[in-house]
Amino acid sequence: MALIQPDPTFYPSAREAMLAPREELAYVALLDAAGGGRPDAIATVDLSDGSIAATLDMPVPGDELHHFGWNVCSAALCPYAPHPHVERRYLVVPGLRSSRIHILDVKDDPKRPRIVKTIKPETLFARTGYSRPHTVHCGTDAIYVSALGDVNGDAPGGVFTLDHDTFEPKGRWEVDRGPQELHYDFWWHLGHDTMITSEWATPNQIEPGPSLEMLAGRRYGHRLHVWDLVKRRHLQEIDLGDEHQMALELRPSHDPTKTHGFVNTVINVEDLSAAVFTWYLEDDVWKARKTITIPAEPAPAEALPEPLRQFGAVPPLATDISLSLDDRFLLISCWGTGELRAYDVSDPFAPRQTGSVRLGGIARRAAHPAAPGRSLNGGPQMVETSRDGRRVYFTNSLYRSWDDVFYPDGVSSWMVRVDVGEDGSLSLDESFFVDFAADGRRAHQIRLQGGDSSSDSYCFP
Amino acid sequence: MDLTSLFILAGLGAFHGLNPAMGWLFAVALGLQERSRAAVLRALPPIVLGHAGSVLATLALVSAARLAAPPRIVTYGVAALVAGFGVWRLLRRHRHRRTGMRVNAWQLAGWSFLMSTAHGAGLMVVPVTLHEGDGAAALASQSLVATATHALAMLATTAVVALVVYDRLGVAVLRRAWFNLDLAWAVALIGAGAFVALS
Repeated sequence: MALIQPDPTFYPSAREAMLAPREELAYVALLDAAGGGRPDAIATVDLSDGSIAATLDMPVPGDELHHFGWNVCSAALCPYAPHPHVERRYLVVPGLRSSRIHILDVKDDPKRPRIVKTIKPETLFARTGYSRPHTVHCGTDAIYVSALGDVNGDAPGGVFTLDHDTFEPKGRWEVDRGPQELHYDFWWHLGHDTMITSEWATPNQIEPGPSLEMLAGRRYGHRLHVWDLVKRRHLQEIDLGDEHQMALELRPSHDPTKTHGFVNTVINVEDLSAAVFTWYLEDDVWKARKTITIPAEPAPAEALPEPLRQFGAVPPLATDISLSLDDRFLLISCWGTGELRAYDVSDPFAPRQTGSVRLGGIARRAAHPAAPGRSLNGGPQMVETSRDGRRVYFTNSLYRSWDDVFYPDGVSSWMVRVDVGEDGSLSLDESFFVDFAADGRRAHQIRLQGGDSSSDSYCFP
Repeated sequence: MDLTSLFILAGLGAFHGLNPAMGWLFAVALGLQERSRAAVLRALPPIVLGHAGSVLATLALVSAARLAAPPRIVTYGVAALVAGFGVWRLLRRHRHRRTGMRVNAWQLAGWSFLMSTAHGAGLMVVPVTLHEGDGAAALASQSLVATATHALAMLATTAVVALVVYDRLGVAVLRRAWFNLDLAWAVALIGAGAFVALS
């Protein structure tokens, strides 16, 4: 049903979205890693006390839920394609392994979403030529979804769109993909009609697990691609340097008048460090510069899993980042060392570290204050910031076959909350520890009810 | 044209001028993007010209039909078209695209033309002019006067709203003040079609 006034969760600008009411519920993707024929699920977490309010099992096992997003968001207020009277009520939930896409309705009982539609993998393959759907962003004219590969699990990966109303796949997005082959994440600068995409590797390269051979051969992705969002054409390639393996999460500035953003690279094959690059527009050319380096931490060989023993060090493995809506603080997950870092990026070329918390980690296994005696595995991974920028949530699982290499004892999953100070300092919320050990599945992306720092894009500064 | 018709045409122009989807919001967005009040003002003429082009094209087509076909057929044809468009507006959701934030004046005018046409802006003006004018010259001058009246009212309204929002209110006002008039507009089109058929 169309609304009389705009959906109250739509804000013309990120600045105004920061004034949104505090989030009450979180939706969390749960991945079954036991392989016993149990389906994945979307859990609803009550943020007032950290209790798991409900879990919704998917209809069949094997989806590998990972990232997901909303049907519509603040981009509906964009002036050139306005449709403000639609409702943010559906979660678009792709199965990264199965290529199935579930549509969940959260309106009637926000704590207990229900599945209202499932797009079959065959439909996706036939209409788009892509498989392994990943990132979901609500656009101005459609729902945009990235896909890691073609129907055979090879390159190229790309972007396809879903109809806003029917959720039917409309087709491949690119008109001219230029030299782009690998894919992972995408997002855009709406004020500049520009899309940015990143690179991980093909599904066939990723699904068996991480490969030292691929790393040593520098064969994982290390480029950004810049696209004309309106003409759907490849404009430019930015090579971050092939030592920086796996260019993953893209966080463009939320202010549409700005033309910079941040991307994390997971591991530098020369010294095991992780990095964040700032991309920017200069003289009509998009460029990128390394602005944050996080070094590896020495550790005794006996504390390390097999592939890391020869190095005697833990790589930080920066696997996810989150940018607060005021474009001021960047959160970086170091899944290997078990650290969440905050940086003040007011000057995007000179980030300044403002905070850190430690939890889990390959060698440290740091405990949470809620259970000081219990060593935790996994580390800060999928990270999400509340709209007001005061709270950060994260979970600890990366990707099934990769979890098992870095944490061979099997990731026992949890979700925690961190308070962010005015100065960007971080402190663990001692009362908030969501333990998924009893459920047994692994938590991945978090979406906050009403929107968060990676759910919406804005056409107004 | 009588004064009542001119008032109705101007009123419809003001109504379109108030609608954020018809252009003032785009003008404000372009101004904010460039941090320039002049950019708001620069965007208004192409937007209003695109809108006027859509209205004039509709009136020209109806005028041509009136010169070529008996009045009764034209009347029922227009009635069916206007009401049918209202029904279509009622049943279909609309997604407009294929422009972005970086537009030149031509693209802005083209966008406005398409938005106005999809909205049925010209169709609502047709019933006001249908029963007046006779002969090509009279129809042409009537169409021009109707379009100019409509467009000037739209320009005045859209300019005032765009500047008040840009200078004072800010776009946050959209969250409360952007009322969904799609249903009312569709019903009005159906009503206008019925009015043409019955009058």
